[in-house]
Amino acid sequence: MSDLAQTTDPAGAMDPAAAAVTVVSAEDAAAVRLGTPGLLRCWLPLLAGVAAFVVALVALRGQGWLTAAVALLGLILMHAGGAALGRRRKGPEFDLTAWLCAIWLAIIILAAVFAPMLPLAEEQNLSLTLDQPVMARPDLLTDHPLGTNNFGLDLLARVIYGARASLVVSIGAVVIALVVGGSIGIAAGYFRKLTDATVGILTNSLLAIPPLILLIALATVLDPTLPNIAFALSLMALPSMVRMARASTLTFVQREFVLAGKAMGASHLRLMMRELLPNVILPLLSYGMIIVSVLIVAESSLSFLGLGIQAPEPSWGNMIAEGEGNTFEEHPHIVLVPGAAVFLTVFAFNMLGEKARKRFDPRQAKI
Amino acid sequence: MTSNATRESTRPAERPRSGTLLAVEDLRTVIHTARGDLKAVDGVSFTLDRGETIGIVGESGSGKSVLGRTIMGLHTTGPTTTISGRVMFDGRDVQSLGPKDLRSLWGSQIGMVFQDPMTALNPVKKIGVHLTETLRKHQGLGRTPARERAVELLDLVGIPDPRRRIDQFPHEMSGGMRQRVVIAMALANEPALLIADEPTTALDVTVQRQILDLLGNLQAEMGMAIILISHNLGVVAGRADRVAVMYAGRVAETADAKTLFADPRHPYSEALLRAIPRLHEPPHVRLAAIDGAPPNMVQPPVGCRFAPRCAYAQEDCRTVLPELEPAATGHLFACHHPVNRGEN
Amino acid sequence: MSGTLATQPPAVPEERGDERVLVVDDLVVEFPAKGGGTVHAVSGISFELRDGETLGILGESGCGKSSAGRALMQLPPPTSGSVLLNDVELVGHTGRTLRRKRAKMQMIFQDPVSSLNPRRKVKDLVAEGPRIWGRKVTEDQIRELLLAVGLDPESVWDRRPHELSGGQCQRLCIARALMLDPQVLICDEPVSSLDVSVQAQILNLLEDTKQRYRLSMIFIAHDLAVVKNISDRIMVMYLGRICEVIPADRLAEHALHPYTKLLLESVPEAQLPDAELEVEEVGVTNAELPSPLDPPSGCRFRTRCPLATEICATEAPPLRESVSGHLVACHHAEV
Repeated sequence: MSDLAQTTDPAGAMDPAAAAVTVVSAEDAAAVRLGTPGLLRCWLPLLAGVAAFVVALVALRGQGWLTAAVALLGLILMHAGGAALGRRRKGPEFDLTAWLCAIWLAIIILAAVFAPMLPLAEEQNLSLTLDQPVMARPDLLTDHPLGTNNFGLDLLARVIYGARASLVVSIGAVVIALVVGGSIGIAAGYFRKLTDATVGILTNSLLAIPPLILLIALATVLDPTLPNIAFALSLMALPSMVRMARASTLTFVQREFVLAGKAMGASHLRLMMRELLPNVILPLLSYGMIIVSVLIVAESSLSFLGLGIQAPEPSWGNMIAEGEGNTFEEHPHIVLVPGAAVFLTVFAFNMLGEKARKRFDPRQAKI
Repeated sequence: MTSNATRESTRPAERPRSGTLLAVEDLRTVIHTARGDLKAVDGVSFTLDRGETIGIVGESGSGKSVLGRTIMGLHTTGPTTTISGRVMFDGRDVQSLGPKDLRSLWGSQIGMVFQDPMTALNPVKKIGVHLTETLRKHQGLGRTPARERAVELLDLVGIPDPRRRIDQFPHEMSGGMRQRVVIAMALANEPALLIADEPTTALDVTVQRQILDLLGNLQAEMGMAIILISHNLGVVAGRADRVAVMYAGRVAETADAKTLFADPRHPYSEALLRAIPRLHEPPHVRLAAIDGAPPNMVQPPVGCRFAPRCAYAQEDCRTVLPELEPAATGHLFACHHPVNRGEN
Repeated sequence: MSGTLATQPPAVPEERGDERVLVVDDLVVEFPAKGGGTVHAVSGISFELRDGETLGILGESGCGKSSAGRALMQLPPPTSGSVLLNDVELVGHTGRTLRRKRAKMQMIFQDPVSSLNPRRKVKDLVAEGPRIWGRKVTEDQIRELLLAVGLDPESVWDRRPHELSGGQCQRLCIARALMLDPQVLICDEPVSSLDVSVQAQILNLLEDTKQRYRLSMIFIAHDLAVVKNISDRIMVMYLGRICEVIPADRLAEHALHPYTKLLLESVPEAQLPDAELEVEEVGVTNAELPSPLDPPSGCRFRTRCPLATEICATEAPPLRESVSGHLVACHHAEV
């Protein structure tokens, strides 16, 4: 009879509206307590940051390091103010940095995808830039907002086209590693015994070769095309993917739902695909985000060594390589612009990957 | 307990054996979670005399473990927790103690025994080290006397061949032996209060019996008060002088053990007693299950917390929160429409 | 429960009882221990399960009751012995053949939350069994089964296991097992992780389910009162061997084996406050369970048994019948 009443369990009774009420009241209380200090903490730095940024662009135009420093200060102030504001509006869980990382990745990926449609200056063909200024300094209010290199090629365009190469290669490599390494790892964790031992020996031997040596060796054999570079980099990511997949498979394979599946008559393949994969894939994907950042750096090193994408076709690595010799000392922006792109992208992938990992970590899979 | 004579020499100054040891007054522990404020303990008051045993019974989520931890001072007001009310232990307010005072309190005045003996022991430390550490810290014993005392303690808690066992690692012992070691650690400095939170839940029935017997014997000898927290009515019934039944963060009923089991007044206590299968009943007897599930403690029901599941609930139960009121000396219950009214 | 059950006409009771659904002969489960040696989890047990019967398997941790239950399911297969389900041998088959042969036997586990895939929704969890076998499941079938186990389909339909309580998860596990229309249900400590009030709900549900779906049941647990409540016969195990097979109604008063008596004596007294049960003191001296790596010779309980004599060390006691259906393996028990 009233056995049905059992279904009104604690989780179900958790009325979201009611939860919202408590949040709102907490916020009100905070507002009352903070009062003017809230204004000081949020709006003041935000506005000061905007002001500093505008001053840097307009009043301090062309002052070199000073402009850069004031602009950077403005950005930091804006971030501090924005974060405080976000926390007040959206609750203490609000993470402005993570949002900015996501926005940055969205911008860079969209720009890379739609690069040919964007009104960008020339990035590759030297014959078209003979009339352009050479080594122009970054100045957001000119035709070359991030400046030009020694051939007059536009750095903004090169950063965006370089993102195509760098991202395609690193994300492609991670996808290969995820699919291959993930399946091997799940199989090793599921079957254990001989399969696990064999896989263990293979991954360990792959790990024993220093990655850069492996890449250089591969570069001498393979043509430096995007698919080949992606393949070479995927070998770097493979062992850790296998280990990660194996480790999280091991934590799930002991749970009774796998046994329950067996008892119902599920085959090995079905158990791996339907019971284990959905649980293993989330931590693996978040780990993949972190690996992408490692591979962006690895691709840059390869290109820097002249083993990756060949100039004048841009990649972030060979753009940084242009700063060799005295160039960096005289024209630091040649290195700083692609360097900042690499830094921000790697940081963003790392940050989001880490956040996702915390959320989907097998050890805290349950709430 | 062969070593009584030697033990006397290391015993700290004799404590009084009667009088109130612990007074809990309107204790509330609110834990701030992402889903709202969880009212884990919601207005609990009781006192505990020296040498007395109180059993706290409740289902999971009733707040019995949080209550135990709050009394110890393991929960303190901070970013995740808000505590109101008072815990007076031996004349001192536990909530007002700093971290250093708390640590010395835990070592010497309050002993703790938890559910899982494996997690309470450090797997890379030998049994002897676990014991001598606390002895040397709180009693200032030297290396050799501490070791001698550790052997005595192991003997006291019924571990055979203590001189060999003292050099073993926790994983070399069975669950029951480990729990004995944990008890030995908790009692090393002869605390005035022992808080045992589900001390036998992880153990087999035959071992459970021995551990409970052991606690009873040690109490008779050392005279400490015990707070025995368990989900198992049976465990508490035979061992506690008084029993408090907790439901949804509040005490539903409290009485001496015999009265509570023979004459429960709160419908929840009664239902809980009837839900347990009994050995003397014939097989396939239908059990009187309590329908539904305990309430969500972020938003507990307005009136009596048990009203939504209560067979006797009436209108006032859903609007007015019942307070504890006396039925007889020492027998308190919080219910507008108590059961067994005529029989008393 | 009556309201939910009323959605279907009650099953017509049939004459049953003598037919043997499951016959287990000389079941042995051994597996290699870490660091060498062999764990003797189950050492040659034989029993049968009659149609419509509930057989309780009672014992403490390490007695082999769970290993025995899983060996029946061939998860993993036993080291040796024979398991006949409806006169069909299960031992020795692998892969698809085995899966088909044991489909009429289903299992429920101790931790209901852990035995449900955390990433699936309730509707998919219940339908999983038939889908494994490539059968279509209609929404109506799922609803009907959820109702049968006392869950409200509308409110749990799209939930995931962690959004349900432990009791609800166990109901879900029962529904999932029933979906495959089993004949034998093996319950491995199904209520030991649940609260007292919920435990009673699940025990009642299992009893109802057994009647309604005409199941035979093996109920593995360590709690004497729980096992007694649900079983017709109880098999007491110690260190991989059967001590006693006793009709449930005789458990409290007529247990013969010293180990069964020890178990009875260890039950916290309050579980029997108003019934002054006369349990004789067994007087067990050594509390420690011997290692299953190197079990004692002869009778395995002899190291803790007050009655042990020389013969106990040399000869393993055979199961002897006391009264009809009551078997005991002890040299000294008065049959």
